Amino acid sequence: MPEFLTAAEHRTLAAACDRLIPPVDGHPGAAALGVADYVDGLLGAFTVDPPRIWAGGPFSGRAGGDPGFRRFLPLTPMEELAWRTRIEGSQGDPAREFNGPVVGWQARYRAGLAALGADFAEQDPDEQDRRLAADPEFRSLCYEHACEGAYAAPEYGGNRAGGGWRAIGFPGDSQPRGYTEAEVSGRA
Amino acid sequence: MRDFDAIVVGTGPGGATAAQVLAEAGRSVCMLEKGANHLLALDAPYGPLGHVSNDELKFTRRHFLGPDPLLEPRTFRGDESGGDHEFVGDVNNLPSTVGGGGFHADGKLPRFREEDFCARSTLGPVDGADVVDWPFGYAELEPFYTEAERLVGVAGDHTANPFAAWRSGPYPMPPGPDMFCATLTTAAAERLGYHPYRAPTGVNSVEYDGRPACNNCGFCADFGCPIEAKGDPVGMLRAALRTGRTEIRPGVRVTEIVLDATGRRARGVRYVDAAGEPGEVHAETVVVAAGAFETPRLLARSGVGNPDVVGRYLMYHLQTLVLGLFPFRLHAYKGRSVTHLMDDPIVPDAAALAAAHQAGLPYARGGIVEHGGAGLPILEALHLPPGEAHSRAMLESVMRDRMAAFTMQGEDLPQAGNRIDDDPRVRDAWGRPAGRVTYTPHRHDVVAATHWAPRLEAVMREAGAHTTFWVTSPTLRENLRPGADPTPRSRHIMGTARMGTDPRTSVCDPGQRCWDVENVVVTDSSVFPTSTGYGPTLTIVATALRAARLVVG
Ligand SMILES: Cc1cc2nc3c(=O)[nH]c(=O)nc-3n(C[C@H](O)[C@H](O)[C@H](O)COP(=O)(O)OP(=O)(O)OC[C@H]3O[C@@H](n4cnc5c(N)ncnc54)[C@H](O)[C@@H]3O)c2cc1C
Ligand code: SF4
Repeated sequence: MPEFLTAAEHRTLAAACDRLIPPVDGHPGAAALGVADYVDGLLGAFTVDPPRIWAGGPFSGRAGGDPGFRRFLPLTPMEELAWRTRIEGSQGDPAREFNGPVVGWQARYRAGLAALGADFAEQDPDEQDRRLAADPEFRSLCYEHACEGAYAAPEYGGNRAGGGWRAIGFPGDSQPRGYTEAEVSGRA
Repeated sequence: MRDFDAIVVGTGPGGATAAQVLAEAGRSVCMLEKGANHLLALDAPYGPLGHVSNDELKFTRRHFLGPDPLLEPRTFRGDESGGDHEFVGDVNNLPSTVGGGGFHADGKLPRFREEDFCARSTLGPVDGADVVDWPFGYAELEPFYTEAERLVGVAGDHTANPFAAWRSGPYPMPPGPDMFCATLTTAAAERLGYHPYRAPTGVNSVEYDGRPACNNCGFCADFGCPIEAKGDPVGMLRAALRTGRTEIRPGVRVTEIVLDATGRRARGVRYVDAAGEPGEVHAETVVVAAGAFETPRLLARSGVGNPDVVGRYLMYHLQTLVLGLFPFRLHAYKGRSVTHLMDDPIVPDAAALAAAHQAGLPYARGGIVEHGGAGLPILEALHLPPGEAHSRAMLESVMRDRMAAFTMQGEDLPQAGNRIDDDPRVRDAWGRPAGRVTYTPHRHDVVAATHWAPRLEAVMREAGAHTTFWVTSPTLRENLRPGADPTPRSRHIMGTARMGTDPRTSVCDPGQRCWDVENVVVTDSSVFPTSTGYGPTLTIVATALRAARLVVG
């Protein structure tokens, strides 16, 4: 169940991101990589405490050690102000408007997905591309987040089961194992 | 009333070094740091907190180490014709966190050369620049360089660089392993007559100072070290804490240096703490090591330092990035980001001198060339266009796994017009004016970059690259597309409170004390009179050691 997006918005977003990072032979598309879950996790970051902003450390468990990435880190009050402003917008709060009002990502996604249309996921790729091209700013926002969601650590909700990394031949976080001298200096 | 013997503003390499010297000499030290603490426990035995990780998103996209540009925007303009500013956002942001920028740097720590301390008297003046000699020479700094290498823990080979200055002994540790891509590019460079060498690096190659050897995890530049194999500045901070006389207060933003009635002595500093509460703390000595961006702003706001000079002579390095695309994978995601350097562009050969003379310059000095690989996947992805081309390019990894990179850190000549001041319109979340940069590189810097770029491309081709290209940072004005980021990406910031022998033309005296308020001592790269073509950090530590020793007598 999505945290911020409605099920319908989630479906539209997954389809939209799949046009930005489409599946090709050997590389799953954004939808299969869970990019919409990543964006939803970001938009709903403050529904959990500590918020889903900074994964913990020092290790994920993938290369040994305890799975510390799963324990998100708490934010200071000012860091929370920044991330809430980014996500929720300034909403008239003077503390968030020291350089003027800020439209948050939640509102931008809500409006942008609505503009793509409730039937977006059912359209053919050309029509989907046409609708995406109509709002270049929203398309760039989706693309930026799709790049993050496809290749960030899976603890943030995307890069499902490390599939983004596997496709591109990137092993991901390597601590505490690291690499041997032969692995660093050798050709392979 | 005095709460501590010394206050240190900033916990980066400069502040940490000063704190260690002062505390070990028996002084009580209060370190104030505006950023949060993710580095080490502040109670004995001061172990790691476990917040640092191999996490590209957290460190490079989500401002984990601060400053968050939304809370603390900075602005930039090339010159006055840009109006109040041309750009608002992240301008040369070094981490704002306990440990400062040392924390996430990859720690290439070469020394400067003898000539760098006396460029004016040995190389002569350059039109449009204020090249000056340093108030002391290499020979005076050499013992402090040796001590700095020991404190941080530098691994290197003292015989490897034919251009290096003389030194009194070897490095504390042997060099770590060579990255595969660097084995190709260094061999090619040697074939073309250049002199690459294993980079002296502040990373343990063996267990050192109670911290383990590096395991080549690959998340080095831009990341903290999850296993503490990097010593800068955790080594100095821990040493300062272990004396039992140092207190580190994170989240405390110093707003002003408080002067006594004469205006000639500092009594302490005023600050705002993490809860937003104002406060004051008093001490005999105030060490300012807020980094070369914030230090001049703090001095200017407090009425400390020659007002004609504070904030001026801002220098970076003009970075020339030469990229080579290879027909096979280079796996530069393993290792310490950069494992080799070469100094050839720093010591002009006949061709570089000819290029300089043709441009009407007495000389053109480039900088160290870092032999390294490309970035990580999110960065690669963001550089690609969306659509099928994205997925196909990511599969092949042309711009990451098949790319090698040279970064030349070209010397930037000091100019009075390049400066840091307050932006009249943009504010931070605390209601204070944002810092503003006004900066255009000198013609000298551009001539050196354009001279060396094609030569470095030739090295890339010799190493096996089928395609090469180069860019500079900052982008040269004539190549800047509308809407593109005009700011220098350099994180080497220097010169904004220059030291010298004449109080009329400098901010600090040769002991790095402010001429007008002697118990304010600056121990960061603000004091550098010239930028040289080397990374600044080892010299920050060495000069901070010297300045702090002068304080304790
Ligand atoms: C990715 C990367 C790689 C790098 N690699 C190298 C390299 O290989 N070699 C090299 O020589 N250099 C390198 N550097 C540069 C190096 O990090 C800096 O030169 C160094 O950190 C500067 O040290 P400093 O102590 O002067 O200031 P900083 O490290 O910037 O520390 C200043 C501290 O002061 C704090 N502060 C500022 N204002 C206030 C205030 N008003 N109140 C309280 N606290 C305040 C800041 O929050 C900060 O923590 C690299 C930098 C980066 C980003
Ligand atoms: S490469 Fe080595 S020094 Fe750098 S972060 Fe990894 S383990 Fe630490």
